[in-house]
Formats: sequence, structure tokens, C-alpha cells
Amino acid sequence: MSIFGKDEVAMQKFSAGLPVPEFDVDSFNRPKALHLAKVAIVTTAALYRDGGDGFTLGDSDYHYETFSRAARDLKLGHHSVNFDRGGFAADINVVYPIDRLEELREEGAIGDVADTHYSFAGNQSATLSEIRLDSGPSCARDMIKENVDIVLLTGT
Amino acid sequence: MRDIAERMRVPRALYTAFPVGRSLGKPRDRTFQHNVLKAAFCLLEAPKGPILIEFPERISSDCTEPLLCALPPRMDISVHPAVDEAQALKAAYDRARRKTKRTSVGMQIVADEVPEALKKFLRIVEGTDWNMVGFSAASIYGTAHDIRSYYEEISCELAEGAIGSWATEEWFYDSTEAGQLILRARRTMREKNVAQSIWFGLAPAGRA
Repeated sequence: MSIFGKDEVAMQKFSAGLPVPEFDVDSFNRPKALHLAKVAIVTTAALYRDGGDGFTLGDSDYHYETFSRAARDLKLGHHSVNFDRGGFAADINVVYPIDRLEELREEGAIGDVADTHYSFAGNQSATLSEIRLDSGPSCARDMIKENVDIVLLTGT
Repeated sequence: MRDIAERMRVPRALYTAFPVGRSLGKPRDRTFQHNVLKAAFCLLEAPKGPILIEFPERISSDCTEPLLCALPPRMDISVHPAVDEAQALKAAYDRARRKTKRTSVGMQIVADEVPEALKKFLRIVEGTDWNMVGFSAASIYGTAHDIRSYYEEISCELAEGAIGSWATEEWFYDSTEAGQLILRARRTMREKNVAQSIWFGLAPAGRA
């Protein structure tokens, strides 16, 4: 028996059969120039701050966690035994590249790093309706309030 | 998952053939991570979308070098080797935590409780029923999770070289006394016809 998270063929088969919402139009737009833009990270790594509500085992609810750009005391909320946590244990940036963004800001490659970043659990309902109707728009409103121009989405 | 991004008409997507849990590809490789980000941000220059570009370098899950991580010698022969090992590694865990300011231990127990938790798994191996050693159906999974996290964080502190995909998981279950003890407890529970839902999650699905 193979480990699902390790078996690339099994994962490809799984994704090919996964029902996803389909859209007639896309939401492509043109953001401001990167060197002037404020960038936020939204990750589905289920990260949360030590002492926060976090994500429990099998948690597929649609809430999201927020943390400041200075926060590094983050836990990984993917509790599956079939998930490789070694990368995150070694380097937070492999799923949440906050230090890389700070370096890009120092170089002037990006305008600024957002003060707040966001984390969802990736295991969501098949329709994604909660994220589409509730927490997704809420998260987007928070970012608009902070004048975020570009969102970097990292999945796990 | 490339086909999902295509089917959902994601406006801009960088497809990275990297192992699960490694969106930026390589931990502790700043240059590689910057190359991934650069490729992602290049998508902003596309005049129209949806656009999906594949990152040129692929990383496979199954071509990982074994973790080079030494384990401590026996310090206290009065306790089981797994308990002794966990106690001896505590200083490395504390050092890792001070350095990274984070830990994923804490789903069920804290780091100080790891040796005592291993004693519970030892009692299962020695024949005591799993639900008589202080575990519940919920706590046994979280405890195994925390012991593995404790060791994986230690291995990242002690290991030389890169941390390859699944390398810490393989080191824990294949090389450490604690990992071996949990596997033995899992086998014992299976042989005693304990419900699969209790023991199955103590190790990845492919583990015997």
C-alpha cells in the first residue's frame, strides 16, 4: 500500500476526478507594477499562531486564521499522518515565504509586504460554497481595506 | 494539481511539480525559493489570461536522500531505549524551538510529556490493552502526531544537508527507537483486533 501524499500517480488520478466549480469567465485583471505593489500571502497550509484557535483533526470548516507579517510562531494544522511535515519543520518559507517577501521588499522588487496574512485549511467541501460565499469574500475585504494589490496563494 | 487550475480558469497559476507540503520546492534553499517566486511574479506581466506556466524544475517525492542525523547513545539503561532516546534529545528540541520560535508539538501533549507518552506505547507492546494505558480514541492519534513532530523538529536541528521529501518521516519510523516502538504498538493493536480506526493513523498508510 502506498502513502497517498507520496504517490504522485494516485494524486493525479484523484485530482482528475475531483469535481470543481466551473466558471464561464475568469477574473483576470492587471495589477499595479510589482515594485509599487503591496503583497499578501494566502496559504492553505492551515497555519495558525501558537495559542490560537487553529485547525483540529479533520477540520474542514471554512474559517481562516490571520497573522502579522512579524509572526513566525506558527503551527502546521495539517494533522494527517500521511502528510510530510518535514519541509515546514525545516523552513517555514517552504509553504509560507514571508522571509522571501521581506527580502524582495528590501531589494525594491516589490513595493511592500502586507501587515496581515491569511491561512485556510485546504480540506474543504466539494462545492467550496462556504469559501466562495462567506470567508473568501470576507478575507478579500480585509485585504482591500489594507490596500493589498497582489495576493500570493500557496497550496500544500 | 495542474488540471484543477485549468478547469477552474485560475487567472494566473504557476504549476510546480513539487512534493506535497513544499509549495516553494526546497526548504532552506533561499535561491531556489526566490526562483519560484520570480516565476510566479512573472505571470503578472502577461497581457491576458488565464495563464498557466510550468516551473522548469521538477522535484519527485521518491528520490530523496536519507536523512543524515545521528542519534544519542544510551544514557539511562534503567528505562526503555525509546524513553531514554526521547529524554536525551530534549536539549536538541529546546535548541530548535529557541531558534525557530515555533513547534507543531501540542496537538495532544507538550514536549516534556513525550517520554511518558512513549511509556504508554511500551505498555501496549507488552500486552496491556490500549484503552487501559491512559489513551482515548482521540488522544492516541494526537499523541503519536506530537511524538513524530517532536522528533521531526529535532531532526531538522541535527541533520546535515538538505531535508528531502519524506526524509524526516522515514528517519523517524525507520531509525529511531520511538518510531519503532509506535510501529510495534500499532502491530500489536492490529493483531489484537482493535478497531482499525484506532491504530491505523499511528503511522502512514504504507507502514507495516
